[in-house]
Amino acid sequence: MTGFVPTDAPPERPSLQVASTSAPLQVSEDHHLCPGCGHPVAWRILLEAIDELAMAQRAIGVVGHGCYTNIVRLADIDWLQCLHGRAPAVATGVKRVHPDVGVFTLQGDGDMASEGLAEVLHAAARGERITAIMLNNGVFGDTGGQMTAASVVGQRTKTSLEGRDPAAHGYPVPVADLVARLPGTAYVARGAVNNAGSVAKTKRYLKRALELQLEGAGFTFVEVLTMCPTGWFVPTAAGPDYLSETFERTFPVGELHTDAPGAGG
Amino acid sequence: MTATLQQGSAAVAEAAVVAGCRFFAGYPMLPFTDLLEHMARRLPQVGGTCMNAETEIEGVNMVLGAAAAGARAATGSCGQGIALMQETIAEAALNEVPFVVFNMARGQQDYFQCTRGGGWGDYRTITLAPKDVTEAVEHTQLLFHLADLYRAPTVLYGDYLVAHTWMGVEVAQRDFGPLPPKDWALDGSRGGTGRSRQVWTWAMGRDDAPGPGPDAHWRAVAEKFDAIAAAEARHEAHLTEDAEHLIVSFGSSAPFVEHVVDELREEGHRVGAFRPVTLWPFPEAALAEAAEGCRSVLVFEVNAGQMIDDVRLALAGRCPVVPIGGVSIDDSGMRQGSVLGAASIRERALAAMARHPAPAGGTR
Repeated sequence: MTGFVPTDAPPERPSLQVASTSAPLQVSEDHHLCPGCGHPVAWRILLEAIDELAMAQRAIGVVGHGCYTNIVRLADIDWLQCLHGRAPAVATGVKRVHPDVGVFTLQGDGDMASEGLAEVLHAAARGERITAIMLNNGVFGDTGGQMTAASVVGQRTKTSLEGRDPAAHGYPVPVADLVARLPGTAYVARGAVNNAGSVAKTKRYLKRALELQLEGAGFTFVEVLTMCPTGWFVPTAAGPDYLSETFERTFPVGELHTDAPGAGG
Repeated sequence: MTATLQQGSAAVAEAAVVAGCRFFAGYPMLPFTDLLEHMARRLPQVGGTCMNAETEIEGVNMVLGAAAAGARAATGSCGQGIALMQETIAEAALNEVPFVVFNMARGQQDYFQCTRGGGWGDYRTITLAPKDVTEAVEHTQLLFHLADLYRAPTVLYGDYLVAHTWMGVEVAQRDFGPLPPKDWALDGSRGGTGRSRQVWTWAMGRDDAPGPGPDAHWRAVAEKFDAIAAAEARHEAHLTEDAEHLIVSFGSSAPFVEHVVDELREEGHRVGAFRPVTLWPFPEAALAEAAEGCRSVLVFEVNAGQMIDDVRLALAGRCPVVPIGGVSIDDSGMRQGSVLGAASIRERALAAMARHPAPAGGTR
């Protein structure tokens, strides 16, 4: 048999390490979140993007209120933990004081689409040179799975037990699509973290957004669709498929706006 | 340097620039609007940034971000707009981000708002209430200093008279002493070194470098405000030494009250004026001392009775406390109604003093 490796003796050379178990800049192995949650995957590719762009020592993260806030405890960069929904305004102040630093927000859909829609739209319209990142799982995960302004039609939550019904609850707000229409925007993409391919693509989106920010191109925005096994009424293992079948139909993934020179791909 | 005739808002803006303010964000609302316009004109001239914020909430949060990044920063509005900012002012008190809030109020009805606040948690805001433009220039600079000294948001309680009166004033840089380095401010330069920084109300730190956590952090913040209360109370006493009656007033009301006190003195009444310069911390001990042996303490404020709570707390029942102010609104909306005037104060003071006459054959 070709390629047969005898196992009665130790290997002649050690196997190659294909990936580190820890993300760059990560200081702890405990992500504090639920098994099956998509957020830690999003954190990881964000930290990898920061590391690969060599911006660890010129980066400030501005974090809203949600499960993802825990990244503050895990990643060794400067963080400003701010009030619910206000991160794009806070990041504006930070960026105007430190124009050469990469300033990004990390928010959920409850934080951005519900509590702070004005903040993100105004920052985008101003062409504020920051990167806003929305982790969208369609629920208030931190409070146990209630409906947000981005919950998709039909989605069961603790406050829409029979599923989001447009007649009673209205429709989800497509934040990325709104932002993409504003002239101050340089780059808008929507990715997901429910399979290896989507993770790889989303990482490219994050990297491109941060890179364009550092080039001063304008407002950059990445929405990341993620799983919430606790807040969704689906089994944990079915989360990634549920995301594809429901969220991606309402919120199609891909680059929505790449007007900035060199953007896209 | 000589005094130049300028509008109060222009003088306050210049004082802020002289104090090193380089970031300002606000949303227009009378009588605050002029300050925003002056900052929008002046800050770009000195390399600063003034944001015409889309909402008061965004404005104060921009300022929180700029201040957390190490800049001297300020925002403002009048009471209605400051109401929208309360959540962020409380947050800044708890995560210890220093900036100045200019409340160019529509009158004296925001005393509770300035001194109690409407945010959440255990916090206070150092609040200075200038009596005129000259004092507002000094207070503006002092507030930036106190904000940095204590890492806390501070409030200037001005009003229409401070914002819109033209006075000959000199805006000279004031030195209030050394300040600790801003070694907590975020600049993004320490990622991956184990020395990165956080501004976080819960102060939990990183897993490899834990912070004190909310219990210890918020107790420390509360102790800090206790220390401020003990150290920073300021007041002005006018003819209080032998006074049988005191009139307590704050801000723009105080010059009217002092004028009335001077008049009444000339007529033989033993009356004095007391003015808290800091509304928080309220100068409790100084007021109690000034009121020692007085037959009545009259409280003049152009509102339904707000500061009078602090007067009563300071005096703890040791002498009668009598409200002589009241709500007084004119058509301008600036709340400068007929109650605010020497004739009105005089009449109200005399009536109140007559109810607490000197005992036969004796004075205090």
